[in-house]
Amino acid sequence: MLVNLISGDTPRSAVLTVLLLIVLVCLAGAPFLFPGVRSLETAATICIFILLVASYDLLLGYTGIVSFAHTMFFGLGAYGVALASIHIGRGWGALIVGSLSGAVAAAALALIIGLFSLRVRAIFFAMITLAVASAVAVLVSQLFNITGGEDGLTYLIPRELTPAFRMGELFGVRVNGRVLNYYLIFVACLALFLLLLRIVNSPFGRVLQAIRENDFRAEAIGYRVVWYRTAATCLSAAIAALAGALYAIWLRYVGPDTTLSFEIMLDILLMVVIGGMGTMYGAVLGAVIFVLAQNYLQNLMGVAAEATEALPILPLFLDPNRWLLWLGLLFILSVYFFPTGIVGRLRSGR
Amino acid sequence: MSDVLRIEGLFTDIAQYHILEGVDLAVPRGQVTMLLGRNGVGKTTTLKTVMGHWAAKAGSIRYDGQDITAWPTPARARAGIGFVPEDMGIFTDLTVEENMVLAAASGPPDAARLERVFAAFPPLKTFWKSEAGTLSGGQKQMLSIARAMAEERVLYLIDEPTKGLAPAIVSTMAGALRELKGQGASILLVEQNFAVAKALGDHAAVMDDGRIVWTGAMAELAADAGLQERLMGLSMEAE
Amino acid sequence: MSAAPDHAPTMTRASFAHRLGQAAPYLLVPVLIVLGFLSIGSSSSWLTLTVSGLAMGMMIFVMASGLTLVFGLMDVINFGHGAFVSLGAFVGISVLLALTGWTTAPSLFLNLAAVLLAIAAAMVLTGLVGWGFERVIVRPVYGAHLKQILVTVGGLIVVEQLIHVIWGPDEIFLNRPETLKGAVTFAGAALEKYRILAVVLGLAIFVAMRLVLRRTKIGLIVRAGVQNGQMVESLGYRLRLVFIGVFVAGSALAGLGGVMWGLYQEVITAGMGERMMILVFIVVIIGGLGSVEGAFIGALLVGLLQNYIAFLAPKLALVSNIGLMAAILMWRPQGMMPVVKAK
Repeated sequence: MLVNLISGDTPRSAVLTVLLLIVLVCLAGAPFLFPGVRSLETAATICIFILLVASYDLLLGYTGIVSFAHTMFFGLGAYGVALASIHIGRGWGALIVGSLSGAVAAAALALIIGLFSLRVRAIFFAMITLAVASAVAVLVSQLFNITGGEDGLTYLIPRELTPAFRMGELFGVRVNGRVLNYYLIFVACLALFLLLLRIVNSPFGRVLQAIRENDFRAEAIGYRVVWYRTAATCLSAAIAALAGALYAIWLRYVGPDTTLSFEIMLDILLMVVIGGMGTMYGAVLGAVIFVLAQNYLQNLMGVAAEATEALPILPLFLDPNRWLLWLGLLFILSVYFFPTGIVGRLRSGR
Repeated sequence: MSDVLRIEGLFTDIAQYHILEGVDLAVPRGQVTMLLGRNGVGKTTTLKTVMGHWAAKAGSIRYDGQDITAWPTPARARAGIGFVPEDMGIFTDLTVEENMVLAAASGPPDAARLERVFAAFPPLKTFWKSEAGTLSGGQKQMLSIARAMAEERVLYLIDEPTKGLAPAIVSTMAGALRELKGQGASILLVEQNFAVAKALGDHAAVMDDGRIVWTGAMAELAADAGLQERLMGLSMEAE
Repeated sequence: MSAAPDHAPTMTRASFAHRLGQAAPYLLVPVLIVLGFLSIGSSSSWLTLTVSGLAMGMMIFVMASGLTLVFGLMDVINFGHGAFVSLGAFVGISVLLALTGWTTAPSLFLNLAAVLLAIAAAMVLTGLVGWGFERVIVRPVYGAHLKQILVTVGGLIVVEQLIHVIWGPDEIFLNRPETLKGAVTFAGAALEKYRILAVVLGLAIFVAMRLVLRRTKIGLIVRAGVQNGQMVESLGYRLRLVFIGVFVAGSALAGLGGVMWGLYQEVITAGMGERMMILVFIVVIIGGLGSVEGAFIGALLVGLLQNYIAFLAPKLALVSNIGLMAAILMWRPQGMMPVVKAK
């Protein structure tokens, strides 16, 4: 039953299995295992990024195409929830309508971009998505009457999902709407992740991998490569939008910085590469490691910069604002020396 | 040394496919060696491995007494190997003249040589300043051979120069190849047109399944219909 | 993937329709300028916008030219190209700031000398960094597009962050040299002097590049290599060396573009190259990957359209270029002047 749930795609490594179980248990019990506002924030962020990165892996790892528009799709879902909550009014209906319309819009946009670029050369896709995503980001900050511009939007979500909704105590932890909200996100992310696993292990997913290995041959065998790539793009975009919708439900705020920025795009790329492209489980490890590092390592860099203040130059490199410098280096090194990521390493037996 | 090219135990993979599986072949100096065989047995891959477009997985290629197995393509070309690929490799955005200028890698093509080229292929003179992309198929093939003639080469690797050409142009091609040979060049020629092969070849090597399965004098092969049938099956046009 | 059947069975004069098809991209620029005139109405604003559109187009072209050739020659797509734009701007502007005595003097000669020195310094440095970038970042990932994109994006981030380390986290504001400030009035339209200089400089670079590509052996090798690199090698040319040369030259040109853009905007940031890359990619795509002429026309179209739309409907300026890209790809899916690959 359990194997069926993960579509027969077992971790195929004892260490990996243990790590995944630890992550699952920690996330499932997060409100009780790690009480506190900040750790709950971290846990929710991890859940959402696991889903977001996994949906990106469907594209990068399984289909072999690079997109720079994944944050745009993420943002579409988030803004969908925000706009629906504002215009329809606080309520569950708004959340559902917002999420679904965000996902549909993302899939439609992905379809258009895919048809324009993928039928010529897969490499066009990377460039065109970069251009379109940045145009959308500019548009969002310019159309401030609708989107709130750089300031973003705040809105109300159903009371049951907010800290104001109290439900008593459990295991010595005060359970409120925030915990309920967390479990909404946890369950939704888990379900969608399992759906992604199902997709990549379906016949459709196998065709995608055949295309990734040799698109020419896949075409020769009779698969419409363009169609499959476009379909993968749309699916990936729709799920990214749903991740964005969940993020919006959790944060009760959307803005360009939290959903659309190029920096988040880089984060996603790094998480996929570090975790292991084309494995799905890589998304889990990549997102966990990355989010934890981002939340706690930046502080460490600050401490290190202060400690080395007396030295020349070094503090400049250790400044927490230079976090991206180290990410960039790590990124290059992982692509060169670590192309299969953590999951690949674990599976190859070391 | 009588052989200009010696290939021993050559293996070449293309992606996951094993194309050459132990090719042994010698090309005698100053003569025309025909490389024959059905489609897909590895003739083109043999030429491309000699030219360095594919890397040999195992085996050795000796040219003019040197082991060139690991040399990059340009070094092989500068050592005197000329290559006319099956798709002709014409630069269609460049004019005929520019194609010829490029082909003469060591300096501008000298006048006497150009005159010989024009004599062999008159249309090239007519369309000297035209974009090569506007030439007809036969004219493109002429240009591809002419390019090989633009500079003195020791060994020519020529892949199906008469493919898809009208009979009149085929004989023009054959004449040009004979002239190349007359200048003392060695030629390794892949050819499906058996009449042309018979007329030009001194030696023949027949490939099957990534190996050389027969070598001998072209005349011997041409005279023995049963041998042809056995080596090359029905895909080879009989005379 | 698409094996284009190239059959011209007989040598006939190219038909009128065929020639029109070839000339069509060239005609788009004047057509756009006329359309701009019709929709803007006021001839003085139109002239001002046209000049600034051409100036912007020239600068984008300078940045895009190297990228498109690098792709054409070796099938390498460099997402880190924008790093050279930023780096060039910072080096060039630092030189200008160091030469304040020359730039504030009301002497055209001293001003231009300072600008030329800044350009030279920027080009030399970005050329050198380009050489290193090719060796360290690009070379190990030849033939693997996916890795190329990832690694060059990584390179972009690292260079950008190093700019922050060296020049600090803030943007740098600057003044143009004294004699390049202000505008001249022509036919009732105010034309900024610097924009005219940018047009002249960009045009000179385009003409020079075309001359090199058409009239020199190295240019022949580059053009032939874009079409069929393997054949060029079979003729005895070391395409790798040519490629490195083109990569270095392209990086230096991107650096030059960075200086020009910095002087145009009068402010530079480490992220400016990354932002410019969006327009550069659009230009390279609509021009046809590997085509210098296509990139030139594409850049002019993007520059002009951006300026016209910024005047007519400011919020749509960047989106208009996406629209332009979509329209051109519908018309010619491979871009306006695709290079015929021999494969």
